[in-house]
Amino acid sequence: MKAWIGQHLTALRDALRRLLAAPLNSLLSLLVIGVALTLPTAGWLCLDNLRQATGDSPGVQQISIFMTLDVGKSALSDLESRLKDARAGSWRFVSREEALKHLQASEGMAEIVASLPKNPLPDAFIVTPDDTRPEALESLARTFAAWPDVAHVQLDSAWVRRLDALLRLGKLVVMLLGILFAGALVTITFNTIRLQILAQAAEIELAKLIGATDAWIQRPLHYFGVLQGVLGGLCAALLVTVGFHLLRAPVGELAQLYGANFVLQGLSPLDITALAVVGGGLGWLGASISAAMYLRRVA
Amino acid sequence: MISASELTKRYPEGREALRDVSFEITAGEMVFLTGHSGAGKSTLFKLLAAIERPTSGHVLINGQNLAALRRNAVPYLRRKLGLIFQDRKLLFDRTVLDNVLLPLAIVGHPVREARRRALAALAKVGLPDRENTLPIALSGGEQQRLAIARAVVNRPAILLADEPTANLDADSAAEILAIFRAFQQVGVTVCVATHDLPVLSGPPPRVLRLHKGEMRDLSAAAAGTP
Repeated sequence: MKAWIGQHLTALRDALRRLLAAPLNSLLSLLVIGVALTLPTAGWLCLDNLRQATGDSPGVQQISIFMTLDVGKSALSDLESRLKDARAGSWRFVSREEALKHLQASEGMAEIVASLPKNPLPDAFIVTPDDTRPEALESLARTFAAWPDVAHVQLDSAWVRRLDALLRLGKLVVMLLGILFAGALVTITFNTIRLQILAQAAEIELAKLIGATDAWIQRPLHYFGVLQGVLGGLCAALLVTVGFHLLRAPVGELAQLYGANFVLQGLSPLDITALAVVGGGLGWLGASISAAMYLRRVA
Repeated sequence: MISASELTKRYPEGREALRDVSFEITAGEMVFLTGHSGAGKSTLFKLLAAIERPTSGHVLINGQNLAALRRNAVPYLRRKLGLIFQDRKLLFDRTVLDNVLLPLAIVGHPVREARRRALAALAKVGLPDRENTLPIALSGGEQQRLAIARAVVNRPAILLADEPTANLDADSAAEILAIFRAFQQVGVTVCVATHDLPVLSGPPPRVLRLHKGEMRDLSAAAAGTP
């Protein structure tokens, strides 16, 4: 067991030594891997932020129930009890007076409101459903519309559906990008390991002649691939973090112009770890394919 | 220790490098394998080290039949042999010490113990205090001694050398053979393939002579047995 750990440590040290022996080459490979991983990572992060932004922002996944203008107090309480029975989610009542006040507060609207002979706004309920799937929202809206004294039910369902479809498409694109760039990473590692093997052909041949097993020969190569992948992953994390840091202020400003309070989220420590693990795994895959192919040719 | 019977090696292009070769080398013996180039010495060396496999016949090393050896068992056999190659196969981008450490690293010796052993092996072949030199800075004879140090550092019971004195002047060659003799005297079985029989002090060694792929045991012939 101790010897086994020792052998692995030696192989790891060997891989590190080889990585540091050609710093410029190593740096270039790391950058290539980093950039390859940056694109799908950034895409995924954008989608994640978009989902969060739309999920949090009010008005998108809410259903407004507008009552008829001459509705009485009893009708309102009746509707409230219906909402309670339907277990649709939470809701808020906005009286017509309140709505008018709100409108008056808006820029440029005060004069228009003042010129109105009477309050044209209806009482309304704003429902925030628990189930925000587009299908569920639509069925809820249909139910509300069938209730008495309800003049109009507004659900921005087209928008929600479009956004949902867009998010799904984005997810697919990011996934395809991910597969493509994962393939690129494996290929890059395959090639660097092939070059490593060619550079050390004499050493590998000698080691085989004096009793090295295939595993012993492959071990440092595997470590090299894993190391390169992990460092490439961390490189990508750095690039994405820097990029998102630069975007944070302008995006916040843009969001504020739309009246939203939105902060762009960067990579979490868990995301960075995942990126390093994925990079390492892909690096290992490329290295083991390369090493196995070469050793089969030698044998 | 080493036993070959009816060994034949035919290469794919039809050339027969060895024909019906049989011999036996007992433990602790020192044997010279001679014959001019193309006689089959290197082929026999490769068969003994399981680098190549015989077309027919078999080789037993320590009672282990090499022809029946599975591919993944070959490395473990090689570790029991000290191999000295015709082209030496030194690593010129590594120091003398690192060259000697390689077989120990392959076996997985702890680093400190490996270093001690490697330095001892270098001292034994007459290269003390040269551990941090690069092999390119060594003379031909010194490089050969380095190759021997690497071959013996694992303390193998059998030492196989292919043309260890080729391209060396007479003095260096004599030094190399003296080192082999010293190892034989501590019980190592030594088999040296060489095209010119050296002049040796001490009792005359046993000589196996290869001629166009066939073998004659000269010392046995001299003793009057067929």
